[in-house]
Amino acid sequence: MLLARLTQANGAPGQEREVRDLIRSEVEPHAHVVKTDALGNLLAIKNPDAPGPKVMIAAHMDEVALMIVGIDKDGYLKFRPIGGVDPRVLVAKSVVVGSKKTLGVIGSKPIHLQRPEEREKAFTVQEMVIDIGAKSKEEAEKLVKLGEIAYFTTAYEELGANKVKAKALDDRVGCALAIRLLQEKVSFPLIAAFTVQEEVGLRGAGVAAYQIEPDIALVLEGTTASDVPGTDEHKQATALGQGPAITVMDRSVIPHPQLVQELLALAAEKGIPVQVRRSTAGGTDAGQIQLSKAGVKVAVISVPCRYIHSPAAIMCKDDFEGAYQLVRHYLARLEERAGLS
Amino acid sequence: MKAIIRQLTEACGPSGYETEVTGLIKDLIKDHVDELRTDVLGNLVAVKHGSAEGKRIMFAAHTDEIGVVITYIDDHGFLRFAPIGGVGISTLVGNRVRFANGTIGVVYQEGKAEWKELTLDKLFIDIGAASREEAVQKVQVGQFGVFHREFTDLGDRLIAKSMDDRIGCAVLVEALRKLDRPRNTLYCVFTTQEEVGLRGARTAAYGLDPDLGLALDVTLTGDTPEAKRMAVSLGQGAAIKVKDASHIAHPRVKDLLVGLCEAKNIPYQMEVLEWGGTDAGAIHLTKEGVPSGTISIPTRYVHSPSEMVDLRDVQACVDLVLAVAEADLEGVV
Repeated sequence: MLLARLTQANGAPGQEREVRDLIRSEVEPHAHVVKTDALGNLLAIKNPDAPGPKVMIAAHMDEVALMIVGIDKDGYLKFRPIGGVDPRVLVAKSVVVGSKKTLGVIGSKPIHLQRPEEREKAFTVQEMVIDIGAKSKEEAEKLVKLGEIAYFTTAYEELGANKVKAKALDDRVGCALAIRLLQEKVSFPLIAAFTVQEEVGLRGAGVAAYQIEPDIALVLEGTTASDVPGTDEHKQATALGQGPAITVMDRSVIPHPQLVQELLALAAEKGIPVQVRRSTAGGTDAGQIQLSKAGVKVAVISVPCRYIHSPAAIMCKDDFEGAYQLVRHYLARLEERAGLS
Repeated sequence: MKAIIRQLTEACGPSGYETEVTGLIKDLIKDHVDELRTDVLGNLVAVKHGSAEGKRIMFAAHTDEIGVVITYIDDHGFLRFAPIGGVGISTLVGNRVRFANGTIGVVYQEGKAEWKELTLDKLFIDIGAASREEAVQKVQVGQFGVFHREFTDLGDRLIAKSMDDRIGCAVLVEALRKLDRPRNTLYCVFTTQEEVGLRGARTAAYGLDPDLGLALDVTLTGDTPEAKRMAVSLGQGAAIKVKDASHIAHPRVKDLLVGLCEAKNIPYQMEVLEWGGTDAGAIHLTKEGVPSGTISIPTRYVHSPSEMVDLRDVQACVDLVLAVAEADLEGVV
């Protein structure tokens, strides 16, 4: 299954090759041109020379991960997060490290050795190590180099009522959607941009949009769902099972008002449940794409994911399908309009 | 001019949703410009052609204002919201907000919330609805609103919400209505989304690629009780910006403005703002760079529902814009 393969591939910011190679093989049969740009964005272009509108669908390939920054004398690896990782979710998780795919476990001082006051607070990243079973610095250095990346080893699995558990749903859900959507029959230029380095500052997307010069861009994302115990309802950004989320504002972007209205109306017309994202925190590639050159009409469509940026997130397949249907209908609407003009 | 300021400041234009304001401006200037167009981000671009020896100047005044966006509607009809731009808690509690469809509500705090520990998520908006069902007849999650406050005329001094930056818009409108055939070609851009990160000006400047960029925006003053030290006062003239957190005015642009004020007896004061920014921050970094600066309107109580300006400063800013429109920019840009 595509989403399983996508989430189990590894791609830290700036090191998206494994994900890119997988996506390239998926999109090649459906695109006229497939290329990788200087920053590593993968651009799959359908109908490059057809008359407009030029439509960009964008999803980022990178995921949050851990970088090895030191090896101590006993062979333990020191690390730092790349992108936003809550240190409290890390202890005792399995990871795979570096090009040799060395297995490891995130270790910390055991509870029976902690002083009472230490038990009161969570470990910081500085207090944790990755234990790869090495006996010494020399032995560890044979397996792992500084600067290499540790990834969570979470397997993709289905659970409960149509739910999925996986790592890196942010934003492999978007990648999976874009791969499927590229298969739609359209006559206008459709460009799927699989971007790099979103998690460290929306870096790939601006460069991609600069080359593509789209008229319209739809950013496909995994977003935070906070329908979990202990969260007041008014602080829940999205909830699972209520359909894809449409953004009206976040830290990076205020999407194009008419495009947002059009998507909401289309969802209502087609009977696709959607939710307006109820938080203005966070940012997406749309922030950079909107401001490219003389400006781009953008919208953000997200699949809600609980426990985002952690080793295991949970999403609902209905929301994923809803996002696919909504964008598919939107592309069909553009196709109708292009035919009329 | 007071009528224009009243009309513009009483309009609703939160960042991203500025069409009410740009619509009013369009009506005010359509008979006084050569071209009028709206770009993808909603910027209203008014073009006034100059003579062959003139340069191409982009003037920017932003149409958006700070506000709130509805994030949640509870069972009892109360709204929760997030801020748009720099909205302070102390300016919200007890004040009223208005949405584009005319719905008005009062902002208040949760009963158990202590003033010192107050955060925005402990505030709510009461639109007089008794239930969620009643509330959703009037508003939806995702709707944008602004402070609801009328314009007050104190003679020379004026109070209104959103003087930041409708007063800059009013300066440009007034200048366009007075100009006949300027030496330089003017692109007066009524920009969008300034309060959330100078966004409209960035794409507008890319599209226009001007020789010179000038923002018209408010600046703070140091002339109120126990104010932070700042050498700008109401009534002392147009403020010529030296720097803020978004840009350092190009020395030749700054000198041009000072020279024009001296030559035409326009009252002016120099402004060094230690924080904040204007559209010039986005304009000057466009493509290979654009010499840019800012003409500021001194304003008290910025980002509150009651921002105060002095009409004499506003008039000085209009005069300075008119002088720039006619200036020989050879050797400056």
